[in-house]
Amino acid sequence: MSELSVNHLLGIKYLTKQDIQLIFETADHFKEVINRPIKKVPSLRDITIANLFFENSTRTKLSFELAEKRLSADVINFSASQSSVKKGETLIDTVNNILSMKVDMVVMRHPNPGAGVFLSNHINASIINAGDGAHEHPTQALLDSYSIREKLGEVKGKNVVIVGDVLHSRVALSNIFALQLQGAKVMVCGPKTLIPKYIDKLGVKVETNLRKALDWCDVANMLRVQNERMEINYFPSTREYAQQYGVTKELLNSLDKEITIMHPGPINRGVEITSDVADSDQAIILNQVENGVAIRMAVIYLLASKIKQ
Amino acid sequence: MSQKVLLNAKEVNIILHRLACQLIENHNDFSNTVLIGIQPRGKYLANRLCKMLREDYKIKNVRLGQLDITFFRDDFRRGDKPLEANTTEIDFVVENKKVVFIDDVLYTGRSIRSALTAIQSFGRPAEIELLTLIDRRFSRHLPIQPDYRGRQVDAINDEKVKVNWIENEGEDSVYLINK
Repeated sequence: MSELSVNHLLGIKYLTKQDIQLIFETADHFKEVINRPIKKVPSLRDITIANLFFENSTRTKLSFELAEKRLSADVINFSASQSSVKKGETLIDTVNNILSMKVDMVVMRHPNPGAGVFLSNHINASIINAGDGAHEHPTQALLDSYSIREKLGEVKGKNVVIVGDVLHSRVALSNIFALQLQGAKVMVCGPKTLIPKYIDKLGVKVETNLRKALDWCDVANMLRVQNERMEINYFPSTREYAQQYGVTKELLNSLDKEITIMHPGPINRGVEITSDVADSDQAIILNQVENGVAIRMAVIYLLASKIKQ
Repeated sequence: MSQKVLLNAKEVNIILHRLACQLIENHNDFSNTVLIGIQPRGKYLANRLCKMLREDYKIKNVRLGQLDITFFRDDFRRGDKPLEANTTEIDFVVENKKVVFIDDVLYTGRSIRSALTAIQSFGRPAEIELLTLIDRRFSRHLPIQPDYRGRQVDAINDEKVKVNWIENEGEDSVYLINK
């Protein structure tokens, strides 16, 4: 198998186990490429990619842009804050205008869940979902699994707990799909108010006690509390949240095994994890960032190879 | 589909020894030379030559790497099948070194063109030479010729030259296959 089963990366939900395997194997090669003295390959020199960010992003946008440039694609950037979206233009019109400039691929972040799927039904370009509301963020889940595979050898059979604001997280849902597809067991942990009501229907364990969750897991993926998405108070105070669900060095040292700590960023130091945890050897947060470029290069390369001449 | 033996194991062995000797003639103790096998098929020839230089000719300092050219090829999105990458292993500095590219069959020359671009990601070599076991004459698309050749073969485009290695296919041999 050397081809993806899909023409777009809209979510992990649409991928097969073999697709993930192919993306990881391709990313292995790109990881070697980005550690060369000259980190660029000419594969995509005849491909133009539009990065459409209808929602703020720093690292995902940088990571995608770097991946595209390392593959020699031409890149155009668009952010909603400086565009005609504010003047009332619809999503399809905006994108079709951009596609008229002969763009082959669209990387899109959008506040509305399903925006990528909607777009894929209406336009003729390969689409990568870089986050759609609280729905999916597939490349983040791929790089998370890839980082687990790199650190622990394989994802299959591992116990992974996702801690924190699962309710507002697109990272959580994509991670649940990706980890389960690869044979890992998944638990979510957080205050009841931040755990979606029927999440156990996805086959994940639910735990409200952080200590019990950490005792169970091999890997803890710590999510940021997304205050910007909260219209009401989900917990009494940030201080109380940090006391109940923040991972500290003392807590990690009191466990009878060494677990791996992950974080999709940006970190709120002192809230979901303390500084000494974030900077410890158990944390692979910066490895995740490096792997993000390799994974995105792999996804873009594999999707681009399906675009007909 | 019919096939004809171009070289048997004994002939392959004689040619490999000759190529090893020609390399020694030009590169002495290999102190400033690195061998690069072109993935995927050139690595078998490169491994074999390297082993021969080390064991039969007692040259200690032979450095060997493998270069994958997939991302530098000029036919991305042009074929029916997607291009599959292989491993690159170059754990030495190429800057100012004499580089010898090693591949099993030289056909259109396009792989070597890609390799010439790909190797620049690892530095600026002092010079680059090309060694191939089989040189398919009259088939070149680009002005590329080998510096060391095992055997020159006249084959038409419908024919395929297949090089087998004992470590992979169970025998050392070269076949001309009529498709």
